[in-house]
Amino acid sequence: MSDLLRLATAGSVDDGKSTLVGRLLYDTKSVLADTLDAVHRASADRGLTTPDLSLLVDGLRSEREQGITIDVAYRYFATPKRSFVLADTPGHVQYTRNTVTGASTAQLGVLLVDARKGVIEQTRRHAAVLALLGVPRLVLAVNKIDLVDFDEVTFARIAKEFTAHATALGYAEDAVVEIPVSALAGDNVVERSARTPWYDGPTLLEHLESVPVEPDAHDAPFRFPVQYVIRPRTPEHPDYRGYAGQVAAGTVRVGDEIAVLPAGLRSTVTGIDTADGPLQEAAAGHSVTLLLAHDLDISRGDLIATAGQPPKVTDEFDATVCWLSEKALTPGARVLVKHGTRTVQAIVTELRTRFDEQKLGSTDAPESLSLNEIGQVSVRTAEPIPVDDYTKDRRTGAFLVIDAADGSTLAAGLVGAPLPEVDGVDSCTEGGDAAQPDSHALVSPGP
Amino acid sequence: MTTATALDTLGRLESEAIHIFREVAGEFDRPVILFSGGKDSTLLLHLAVKAFWPAPVPFPLLHVDTGHNFDEVIEFRDKVVAQHGLRLEVAKVQDYIDDGRLAERPDGTRNPLQTVPLLDAITGHKFDAVFGGGRRDEERARAKERIFSLRNSFGQWEPRRQRPELWNLYNGRHRPGEHVRVFPLSNWTELDVWHYIAREGIELPSIYYAHRREVYLRDGMWLAEGPWGGPRDGEEKLEKTVRYRTVGDGSCTGAVESDAADIEAVIAEVAASRLTERGATRADDRLSEAAMEDRKREGYF
Ligand SMILES: Nc1nc2c(ncn2[C@@H]2O[C@H](COP(=O)(O)OP(=O)(O)OP(=O)(O)O)[C@@H](O)[C@H]2O)c(=O)[nH]1
Ligand SMILES: [Mg+2]
Repeated sequence: MSDLLRLATAGSVDDGKSTLVGRLLYDTKSVLADTLDAVHRASADRGLTTPDLSLLVDGLRSEREQGITIDVAYRYFATPKRSFVLADTPGHVQYTRNTVTGASTAQLGVLLVDARKGVIEQTRRHAAVLALLGVPRLVLAVNKIDLVDFDEVTFARIAKEFTAHATALGYAEDAVVEIPVSALAGDNVVERSARTPWYDGPTLLEHLESVPVEPDAHDAPFRFPVQYVIRPRTPEHPDYRGYAGQVAAGTVRVGDEIAVLPAGLRSTVTGIDTADGPLQEAAAGHSVTLLLAHDLDISRGDLIATAGQPPKVTDEFDATVCWLSEKALTPGARVLVKHGTRTVQAIVTELRTRFDEQKLGSTDAPESLSLNEIGQVSVRTAEPIPVDDYTKDRRTGAFLVIDAADGSTLAAGLVGAPLPEVDGVDSCTEGGDAAQPDSHALVSPGP
Repeated sequence: MTTATALDTLGRLESEAIHIFREVAGEFDRPVILFSGGKDSTLLLHLAVKAFWPAPVPFPLLHVDTGHNFDEVIEFRDKVVAQHGLRLEVAKVQDYIDDGRLAERPDGTRNPLQTVPLLDAITGHKFDAVFGGGRRDEERARAKERIFSLRNSFGQWEPRRQRPELWNLYNGRHRPGEHVRVFPLSNWTELDVWHYIAREGIELPSIYYAHRREVYLRDGMWLAEGPWGGPRDGEEKLEKTVRYRTVGDGSCTGAVESDAADIEAVIAEVAASRLTERGATRADDRLSEAAMEDRKREGYF
């Protein structure tokens, strides 16, 4: 079992994500006294009688003024069973790009709903984002269960509706667990609640401590984006030439046959160096320096891969993008694509579909993709690049879409089509929450 | 079959930091490492050395010197710089006070005065990437910061305009005059830092370990006398066994009472501590609820 779990919260604004994170930290005794004092003081200043635990994570001034989360907070805590890296993300639709940031590396998503409202538009949007990014497991935390009198029927109804949506997004049934919680009062977060006697599943923490973690892709085909060429040219190392990088997938061993892409050169690994001495093998996640048998023209941006199973080298591929910019994407857009350590010019030649994360259907040939929309596109790059399918490899199937003019990140890109092809699932669209206004109007988006 | 090579937590953090150093080396023209001789910046330099071994670190170092230093730390700083054969630039707050560009604050604290010399050094040397030792676990505004943090031409952090940071694909693009602050230790906790220092046998300035020192109590912190001043009326000087958990401007960095004289004892103490390192020892963070955020917005590290 892995000793580390990376998780991200998700769910609509005010559903209680930050309070839940605060509660987890508080009940696991991960909050130190001075931090807690500050939260007590700030809560008292706001006229509250009990501490507002969301203040443990909502660290920006405007977040505390508005009582919402704007950007991801990363928190670290550990229990005797496991260490956790926790990304608390914003629920407001305007800050979806920050939710995507927190979720892109998560191994588990904790999606919250307000038990009074059930599954709403933003719940479905976030579930789709988590599925798209390949977050392998979900927890549905049915929060504010105190406000529905700890009612089993309400919980069961929400759990059933959500499971249908998650299944349609491609989640296996055992990858999703539903838990009734009150982040505010602590029920079923760390302490088992006496007020939900009908619930016999794990508390949130018990689940987080025991859920299987997908291991790093050690058994996948070897992939190594070259970051930097190390050439000391010092008296001790006059001819040293090593290729520095982090193993993105698989395992490399001394003696392995490799291909250098996109050029297609072949060689053999003669050494795996680190400052601590040479290794016989290195696996996904390890930063090392490779030595090769031949003197090849290799530089930053190249990919070293196993010769037996190299990725496809192509200048045209289909991809799914989650658009994160106010500037809409239209066909023919000229952008930069950053894939691994290589940045190339590219044209989005075609918008193939726009995904409807509410009905889980898609529209063909949309005219544009705007902020927070997910769609399939065709990309042509100025030079061929070695790509894997995102569903095969989260690291080498991912890319950034960057605005060449101002350098901003426009989209999260995923090679292939990670979301299942589905036609509208009607049960998910009932409930009429579309008319429900956002419970929380933003004060102003500018600083 | 491959489990023998699976990384543990420290190995993972080390590999992540090395990856970040190499990304910056590959994509920026003029990076610099902020280096004060404190534990986080010493760790930063140690990781940089490992990232480029057997070649030398391809960046110079920059110290923004408040003038309120502990002698042990400055000696250590110069020794480490010489040992690695690196270039150290020093931007001195004192120079700015001497010629009137900055005024001493009424409370005597110089930490907030570092921002202007830092930004001038960045502009003057045309540094485009600035490595800092900030960790997200230090403070809740820092918990919100990206690993690559874009700063505008005034060096300001705009928390609302942070770029998405997806997977480990860092976007360091910036316009002329802008720069990027880079935080390779973002995901380390204080305890990770100490465990790693122990594992790697990294040398630190002696003041991080318990020693006898004359101190006086102010606002619940044990301060030491120095060029920044000493006890006021009613503040009594006492000799105590103390150590420093953080090292900053001497006027506002407090010592903690401690018998932890070696690394194992420090680890045990940090693990059992009920206070954060900043809460225990930094007056500058106590100024207001958003003291750190405000300073970061102005261009502080
Ligand atoms: N009664 C009750 N109230 C809760 C519960 N959890 C959270 N709240 C309240 O709901 C409000 C919103 O909580 P937050 O934790 O800030 O919500 P959030 O999901 O983090 O919101 P954003 O980050 O802005 O999307 C606060 O007033 C909380 O006190 C709960 O379990 N029961
Ligand atoms: Mg929140």
